[in-house]
Amino acid sequence: MSQSLATVSYIGATILFILCLGGLSNQETARRGNLYGMVGMGIAVLATVFGPQVSSSAYAWIIAAMLIGANIGLYAARTVQMTQMPELVALMHSMVGLAAMFVGFANYIDPAASAHLSGAEHSIHDVEIYVGILIGAVTFSGSIVAFGKLSGKISGNPLILPARQGLNLLGLLVVVFCGWLFLHTDSTSAGVMYLIVMTIVALAFGVHMVMAIGGADMPVVVSMLNSYSGWAAAATGFMLSNDLLIVTGALVGSSGAILSYIMCAAMNRHFLSVISGGFGTSGGTPAAGDGQPAGEVQPILAQETAELLLDAKNVIIIPGYGMAVAQAQHTVYEITRLLRDKGVNVRFGIHPVAGRMPGHMNVLLAEAKVPYDIVLEMDELNEDFPKTDVAMVIGANDIVNPGAQDDPNSPIAGMPVLEAWKAATSIVMKRSMASGYAGVDNPLFYKDNNRMLFGDAKKMLDEVLVAMKA
Amino acid sequence: MPLTIGVPKETADGEKRVATVPEVVEKLKKLGFAVLVEAGAGEAATVSDDAYRAAGAEVVDGAAALWSASDIIFKVRGPSLEEVALLREGSTLVSFIWPAQNPELLQQLADRKVTVLAIDALPRMLSRAQKMDALTSQAGVAGYRAVVEAANAFDRFFNGQITAAGKVQPAKVFIAGAGVAGLAAIGTAASLGAIVRANDTRAEVADQVVSLGGEFVKVDYEEEGSGGGGYAKVMSEGFQQAQRAMYAKQAREVDIIITTALIPGKPAPKLITAEMVQSMKAGSVIVDMAAEQGGNCELTEPGRVVVKHGVTIIGYTDLVSRLAKQSSTLYATNLFRLSEELCKTKDGLIDVNMDDEAIRGLTVIKEGEITWPPPAPKVSAAPAKPAAAKAAPTAAKSHGHGGVSEPSSIKKAAVVFGVAALFFGLIGAGAPPTFLAHFTVFVLACFIGYMVVWNVKPALHTPLMSVTNAISSIIAIGALVQIAPPVDGLNLDRPDGWIRVLAILAMILATVNMFGGFAVTQRMLAMFRK
Repeated sequence: MSQSLATVSYIGATILFILCLGGLSNQETARRGNLYGMVGMGIAVLATVFGPQVSSSAYAWIIAAMLIGANIGLYAARTVQMTQMPELVALMHSMVGLAAMFVGFANYIDPAASAHLSGAEHSIHDVEIYVGILIGAVTFSGSIVAFGKLSGKISGNPLILPARQGLNLLGLLVVVFCGWLFLHTDSTSAGVMYLIVMTIVALAFGVHMVMAIGGADMPVVVSMLNSYSGWAAAATGFMLSNDLLIVTGALVGSSGAILSYIMCAAMNRHFLSVISGGFGTSGGTPAAGDGQPAGEVQPILAQETAELLLDAKNVIIIPGYGMAVAQAQHTVYEITRLLRDKGVNVRFGIHPVAGRMPGHMNVLLAEAKVPYDIVLEMDELNEDFPKTDVAMVIGANDIVNPGAQDDPNSPIAGMPVLEAWKAATSIVMKRSMASGYAGVDNPLFYKDNNRMLFGDAKKMLDEVLVAMKA
Repeated sequence: MPLTIGVPKETADGEKRVATVPEVVEKLKKLGFAVLVEAGAGEAATVSDDAYRAAGAEVVDGAAALWSASDIIFKVRGPSLEEVALLREGSTLVSFIWPAQNPELLQQLADRKVTVLAIDALPRMLSRAQKMDALTSQAGVAGYRAVVEAANAFDRFFNGQITAAGKVQPAKVFIAGAGVAGLAAIGTAASLGAIVRANDTRAEVADQVVSLGGEFVKVDYEEEGSGGGGYAKVMSEGFQQAQRAMYAKQAREVDIIITTALIPGKPAPKLITAEMVQSMKAGSVIVDMAAEQGGNCELTEPGRVVVKHGVTIIGYTDLVSRLAKQSSTLYATNLFRLSEELCKTKDGLIDVNMDDEAIRGLTVIKEGEITWPPPAPKVSAAPAKPAAAKAAPTAAKSHGHGGVSEPSSIKKAAVVFGVAALFFGLIGAGAPPTFLAHFTVFVLACFIGYMVVWNVKPALHTPLMSVTNAISSIIAIGALVQIAPPVDGLNLDRPDGWIRVLAILAMILATVNMFGGFAVTQRMLAMFRK
């Protein structure tokens, strides 16, 4: 295959990738979008393999590598639980990061890659390698930590080292200094040394950055790492002078950045304040005195919950991470179906940051076969709460905290929330009275029209379902 | 030792209610109390003595025996003189008292050295107290019954019908005063199919009227009529004039008027004049729920049904007793909720905690000392409203992503563009043309990504992330070109083995991502269905 034919194939692949992302913006076209993505990827790989840059001696290696990778990937995709999606995505980001690191190192030690370059071109190429490895390393270690946090292998609490900004600054200085030395060395082995030092610093930086971010901000972090993996690919593209890599990397990078931004807007927080981390420790003590929610909570039993639901005309269910943890989505669907058969208008209210990754709840509900036209965004149904008989909150906390609206001292003040307390009755399912990830007490629990259904979400919902069928 | 709750038979004329019912007796016993019921107490409310016995209460003959054996008396109406004399020193009485209207009764009770909880003195604006609010529960019953009485006296359908015999116009019902009774009446009349209109001097109830299926009729005059404690206040002369005009107009148009207007401690306002009654259609009905306080209609005769100018005017003062079983059950539940508050330890002992705002409001006599009126309540719900309204626009602001509209952001945009221009300037000055070509592609691709992703539905964020993740495995291309590039004549010392190991590892990682990412996206998308 000639160079021109390969380039044309790359253009085709690029267009398919754009169509893929565009298709994903709507449920109707989403599946076709995914198909475009697969075809695009197939064309890109084939055009490269049969293109002028790969000799036939590589075929055996490529086929072997792809067989191994494909088997692992498909196995993971088949067996992953939908509740574990955030972990899987984080883990996959780390692979892109690691791959970008490897490609960067390989490119640097390959004299053929820069043999025809000179002067400024050579310097720029070195910078590209340096930056590519840097981003790759941060993505890799950051994603691994995110994976650990999401899967519970590492505590979700933010870890704030003393003088953390100082440490970050020190790391940056080391990276810049190494970069300067790297650009001005002629010896490959010295260059590799500098690259390794920089990589270690970057890995440490990635760990440090994600460790400092609290669990509630995980959706932002996951999409931010998604963005990083894109930038890593783009940097690799510059390094290899490959437009397809640049375009695709930029597409992924900017889409991840936008998702992060949307998440931040949903929490009414500044992007930088999320990245700088530590949420949930600094403002964790809600204002004493007036702001302190007074009174006591009123517990309710599964039996009474069932009666309330059966007597209602309008029900809004607000799922949160607790539902995912308890794997309760199927029971939720059973209850929903039972109520809908009885003519109750059941809808789901999804907060943009419910769960541990953007859109997490939608995926879980879709898995449980909940039709997506009754799964609504916060803005679509927030006005309907006064007309709602029962608002059932399943394992969510901060996203239904009225303190965000009426307590200016609350750490989550100004964050848009689902106004569950405006329903005639709200039922909150929780395991205990512990506060949410933001570490803020929730005045909703003490409201007079609120009832608490304590226990594991799955177990309690099963009891509710049995009571409803009785 | 657990205390005994005594429930006497009501002695007031026409009072059919009883202060507890068998279902509640069971719950009271769970709190640890013993329950005594006077023989025949529930008879008028169709509750037999046997039913009380079955629920675990002891039935005793005669008021004297009951009052002397009880530590706590649950009653509906305030006690008569004889009953006051029966009260044991140190006991507790829970009933309607109306301390403002009955100062002598209050004094007599105080002389008996008892504790009195006046259920009507409950601070109603305290949301925690709503479960004990007997005024509300009883008013709801009265409002329902008022409509039933009206329907009984009215000689047409309430709902509009189109029948083979012709079209029937729906009845038009006007309800004056949208308190609890008014709202219950609105809901009941609307559910019967009538066209319901309502008015109240408190503008904030308009939403509640609409929510029950009514139409809120405004008085053409600006004045806020919320008098605190959930009641209306007396309005200015100008307002009253406008209000009269509105009532006169409604009287001409509607078939049924139900009035519920009360001002605490004052005779009921005369809203419906004799002329208005005259202007009504023949066969119309007025139910005057304020008859006991003198009536809202000039022609009302309390306790009786009269027909004047062809209009039936119902002035029953015992609407609640006309639904005795229902009102007794609700009242009994209110008192049970109160008992829960008094007996948090569930050991059959009560603690009249004067630090609790709800209990403090209820307690009009504590161990022989008059504690009424209570200090002014701290909060009223109405002033909180503007704050809530203010919060809404700030929340709305965050929705408009993308749309840069505020003037301050123009300055911000200028700074951003300035920085970007400087950055591009630097690149343009130093970079070779080949780099710039790539850079162009890069910047444009960023913008395409931004445009394409901006409108993604939040529901699809997870699939989008997993598909972008799959696409980012395009890094595989970088690995592919390094595994074994064609030897292009440059005889270089190339560490083939190292490069190949790195490239193959990168290739495996990228492929895991590529296949895993697309497959998991496909799996997720397959689940989304209508």
